[in-house]
Amino acid sequence: MSYATLALSLVFVLIPILLSKTLKLGLEKDTIIATIRSIVQLLIVGMILKFVFTSKSFIFIVLMLLLMISAATQNARKKGKAIKGMTWKLVVTFVAVEVLTQSILIGFHIIRPTAQYIIPISGMVVGNSMVLAILFLNRFTAEVEARQDETELILSLGGTPKQAIQASLISSIKASTIPTIESQKTIGLVQLPGMMSGQIIAGADPVQAVQFQLLILFLLLTTAVVTSIMIGFLSYPALFNKRMQMMKQKEI
Amino acid sequence: MTENQEVITLSHVYYADGNVSILKDITGSFLKGKITTIVGPSGAGKTTLFKLCNGLISPASGDIFFNGKRIDTYEPTELRRNVGIALQSPTMISGSVWENLSLPLTLQGKQLQEKKAKELLKLVGLEEKFLNQNVKDLSGGQRQKVSIARTLVNQPKVLLLDEITSSLDRVSQQEIEALIVRINKESFTTIIWITHNLEQAISIGDYSWVMMGGELIEIVESSRLLYSKNESVQQFVKGDIE
Repeated sequence: MSYATLALSLVFVLIPILLSKTLKLGLEKDTIIATIRSIVQLLIVGMILKFVFTSKSFIFIVLMLLLMISAATQNARKKGKAIKGMTWKLVVTFVAVEVLTQSILIGFHIIRPTAQYIIPISGMVVGNSMVLAILFLNRFTAEVEARQDETELILSLGGTPKQAIQASLISSIKASTIPTIESQKTIGLVQLPGMMSGQIIAGADPVQAVQFQLLILFLLLTTAVVTSIMIGFLSYPALFNKRMQMMKQKEI
Repeated sequence: MTENQEVITLSHVYYADGNVSILKDITGSFLKGKITTIVGPSGAGKTTLFKLCNGLISPASGDIFFNGKRIDTYEPTELRRNVGIALQSPTMISGSVWENLSLPLTLQGKQLQEKKAKELLKLVGLEEKFLNQNVKDLSGGQRQKVSIARTLVNQPKVLLLDEITSSLDRVSQQEIEALIVRINKESFTTIIWITHNLEQAISIGDYSWVMMGGELIEIVESSRLLYSKNESVQQFVKGDIE
């Protein structure tokens, strides 16, 4: 695709801006900012990737992964700011998920250990992990508040913090992972996944594209479940003190 | 001898929620095997006092002792099984009455015997048929009875009851009063009962604590409550302080 063709695609940005202006939706400013950011960010990423791919240095791959994990942590920690030590809990989770998935992929020779494979797949893994962490933290915060009486009841009967919070934890893990599982049930029927569509448009064999897409889907399933469980089990102890008392929001 | 032996003692206990002072300089003891009723207007800090005794919260300053030992030297789970609490609005876990009654033992990895569950239901005045009923279908009074039965599963040494009869009809109220007195006499369980009902406080209590504005105003024999010489207590029993 040439830059001239790409420029023409801005028509798809003009349509929502015009509609927003006509209907007074007030979305023009955000749409323009989002467009400029996506152009700048993706062009920079494209240039960095080109450099990393040609350099073939492992250090640059690690630096890219660190950058992804830092950005994901920065984004997700806002949702869990009420929980003490959320930043390192997110970092540990993202690193664990990344190490687990790449170990399986490279260990079983499913992908080649090159930047062309590791970086895009890591982007999908860390990105998905970040979304799952945000979904989990949103739900968990609401569950803890809604089930406060039940939590206190279990503590008052001699239960441990883990027993007291279990219902909230299980419910939040389920709620955050269900969208990933549900979307897999209808995949191919309702929508064709972006990565697969991209490969087909670029001229790849559709069956090959499907095989690779399936690999990614299964990978994201593991990512989703492991992320929610890890964040959950790392987070809940921060809600209690040493005397097994529920801490108030401002004390957490 | 257990006569006049202190089971829970509070020494200069203060508690605050943020900058709001809830309890101020509470000093007093609850005697083993006795029924102590706690009376006082709303916002006196009575429920907070219970949560402190059960270890759900800790005092800002001061000490609380259970059987002569500071409560923070006990494992929290051990303390809470020994000092049971039944609150005004009984919280139920979703599911059946059986699941609720089983909860205290399930938390310890044990199983409640069906026979024992039926005995407990009978004890609180509920028929056996309630055992498999969903708690959603219970009336307020029935839920309260299940809550009391559930607290009794742990066989606590001290039973903290927070306005447990306030939502019950007169007949159920009398049944629960008789039940609590029986538990007290038969198993020598210490009862501490928060109530708004002065008549109840006097008729079932051995001793009464009068609390107002986060302070312990007076500890008096329940039978002498109406004849207190303390001016604030007099105003309260006359109904001048709501």
